[in-house]
Amino acid sequence: MAYALQQLINGISLGMIYGLIAVGYTMVYGIIGMINFAHGDVFMIGAFIALITALLLSAGGMLDGPAAILLMLLISMAFTAFYGWTMERVAYRPLRGSFRLAPLITAIGLSIVLQNYVQVSQGARVKPMEALLPGGIEVMRDGGFVVQLSFTQMLIIGVTLAVLAVFTLLVTRTPLGRAMRACEQDRKMAALLGIDTDRTISLTFVIGAALAAVAGTMYLLRYGVIDFYIGFLAGVKAFTAAVLGGIGSLPGAVLGGLLIGLIETFWSAYFSVQYKDVAAFSILVLTLIFLPTGLLGRQEVEKV
Amino acid sequence: MTQASDDRSGESRGGLNRPPLPIPRALRDAAIAAAIAFGLFAVMVGLRTEVSPTGALVLRQRWAEVAMLCGIVFAGRLALTLWLGRRALRPTTAPGPWAVRLQQAGRFFAPALLAAALVLPIVSGGDRYLLDLGILVLTYVMLGWGLNIVVGLAGLLDLGYVAFYGIGAYSYALLSTHFGLSFWIGLPLAGIMAAFWGVLLGFPVLRLRGDYLAIVTLAFGEIIRVVLNNWVSLTGGPNGVSGIPRPSFFGLPFSMSGEPDTFAGFFGLEPSPSHRVIFLYYLILGLALLTNWVTIRLRRQPLGRAWEALREDEIACRALGINVTVTKLSAFALGAMFGGFAGAFFATRQAFVSPESFTFIESAIILAIVVLGGLGSQVGVAVAALVMIGGFELFRDLGEYRMLVFGGVMVVIMILRPRGLVGTRTPSVALGEKRAIGGDLVGEGRG
Repeated sequence: MAYALQQLINGISLGMIYGLIAVGYTMVYGIIGMINFAHGDVFMIGAFIALITALLLSAGGMLDGPAAILLMLLISMAFTAFYGWTMERVAYRPLRGSFRLAPLITAIGLSIVLQNYVQVSQGARVKPMEALLPGGIEVMRDGGFVVQLSFTQMLIIGVTLAVLAVFTLLVTRTPLGRAMRACEQDRKMAALLGIDTDRTISLTFVIGAALAAVAGTMYLLRYGVIDFYIGFLAGVKAFTAAVLGGIGSLPGAVLGGLLIGLIETFWSAYFSVQYKDVAAFSILVLTLIFLPTGLLGRQEVEKV
Repeated sequence: MTQASDDRSGESRGGLNRPPLPIPRALRDAAIAAAIAFGLFAVMVGLRTEVSPTGALVLRQRWAEVAMLCGIVFAGRLALTLWLGRRALRPTTAPGPWAVRLQQAGRFFAPALLAAALVLPIVSGGDRYLLDLGILVLTYVMLGWGLNIVVGLAGLLDLGYVAFYGIGAYSYALLSTHFGLSFWIGLPLAGIMAAFWGVLLGFPVLRLRGDYLAIVTLAFGEIIRVVLNNWVSLTGGPNGVSGIPRPSFFGLPFSMSGEPDTFAGFFGLEPSPSHRVIFLYYLILGLALLTNWVTIRLRRQPLGRAWEALREDEIACRALGINVTVTKLSAFALGAMFGGFAGAFFATRQAFVSPESFTFIESAIILAIVVLGGLGSQVGVAVAALVMIGGFELFRDLGEYRMLVFGGVMVVIMILRPRGLVGTRTPSVALGEKRAIGGDLVGEGRG
């Protein structure tokens, strides 16, 4: 029981990270119908920028307290968003309206570029960082087993919920969100009604990258070790989460992320660590066989 | 910043054939590009994290590099604007000037390419490096042609093709090391094994379309790799399988001893290590041509036409009574079989297989070759494999920057020619005379 509770806590905090990345995938997919394969690497860049900020702060002797973490988060979000914007502007916008596989290949190419760019500029070695928020609170004690909710996990859950709340408000209540939803339904019609679709799509990429940066910072705080390759697996898992939840659906992305996180954690805890990825992917395949549009996805209408 | 860029994009759309911009505008434009570059590079290049001897991370500042990169971006953007005006970097599917010339020479181009491939071992005089490179390129040509059946003809987006390559390689590796089967028995078995897995993967994904199909095939590829990596008792885990027998010339081993029952001894030749390499070269060339031949023949048969019909419109296919299940599964199975052949060849050539050779990036490269070549174009795939893999080898000196350049080239080619290097297709069926049509008239398939 206590063990399961601990796994639940771990699974949720991991799932939150996947969910944040998945939102970026699902948003871009919803609005322009492309798989942004480089999104996982944007997450990785977010983690690196957060690490560099932390090192800068520690050089100035200011690396403690919530202010430092907030600063890491904000700086990482700002610069990563800039990467997202540039990516869209340079690599995806020229291919707008082109056939479907072209942006996919461009995205794969960009993913290779970003990974190797970081490998060249930051080195291939694993970057360790000491824990910023050590310790935690004891939730429950069952015999010799102590269930712990670490401060970092609390931070992850809190920050993710806050960011997602702001994001939901943005999508449902602001003119930008309305424009985004309009573009998602029918881009041509939205353009005819005076929505600047290029700008809306740019901002979608910016927001997606900022959310990935939050995930990257949280990942850094939680695991304390990053390298240039973390983006690939996290990206694939997050995309799996987005598809599992029904691609194009924002609550679905978060739900899918949580599910993938939980499946992975529980599988590692009770069965085998080596096959945790197999478990996550198998669940994906099974879900899609019975629910071909994911958990919360809309049924696509086939038109002739 | 966003506002300014939107202004520019608005102009660039209408400015296809405008005269070059005045210099002050071009300078301002380049300055903006440099400012963007500074924003990108300042943190990631300017501050490098390094592990100090004490184990802690430290930052090293590299502002000179940042300044240099910004300078390059400034100069590059300025040169591009002044040289091309606003025409730069517009995607086009219209045949470029060289493509027209290629089309004129098209009748001779494919045979010329084939002839060049055939005589390469003779011309190169047994140059080991050139032959190895040829073998590598041909392996990718074969994989590209195999995947082309699935993606190019049947229109099913497969992101996990490398799984079948891996299954073929491991099948042959295990059959030969455990049961001592020779290459010529192992090769078809590896192909059958891969085809079997192709059907096995095909069944659950029959209902899936488009990107759902893509992610499931990707997941399948990852599952296979993880299993290969962890099933230590069968596959040897990360250490892989080593000691895979080298291929023999129909029973005559390539050996340096010169005995009568070796290849050199039997034909009365001077024993030379290049015999085996030349043999391997012709072997993969033959396998690749087999793939090509089967594809070309099948395109003229009911099955191949059903694939292409499926790619163009699945609903119409169903309405016309085409069995979609059989059509899709056969595409998966055949594509997988050729992947399996290539895998068996890979295993015998390397004499060693490990899961590292079958990562997602391989799938991505093969898919990129198919798309860059132009979906469904056989010559295009060969040219793309030559450009991508050959080019990758040419830039060996770039060291760690090589993959960076590789990815960049992929992006640039795609932006300039979204329909691939060969932008035209010859329809399989035509009323009257067959004429080449633009690639953008061909359906892309939604899975």
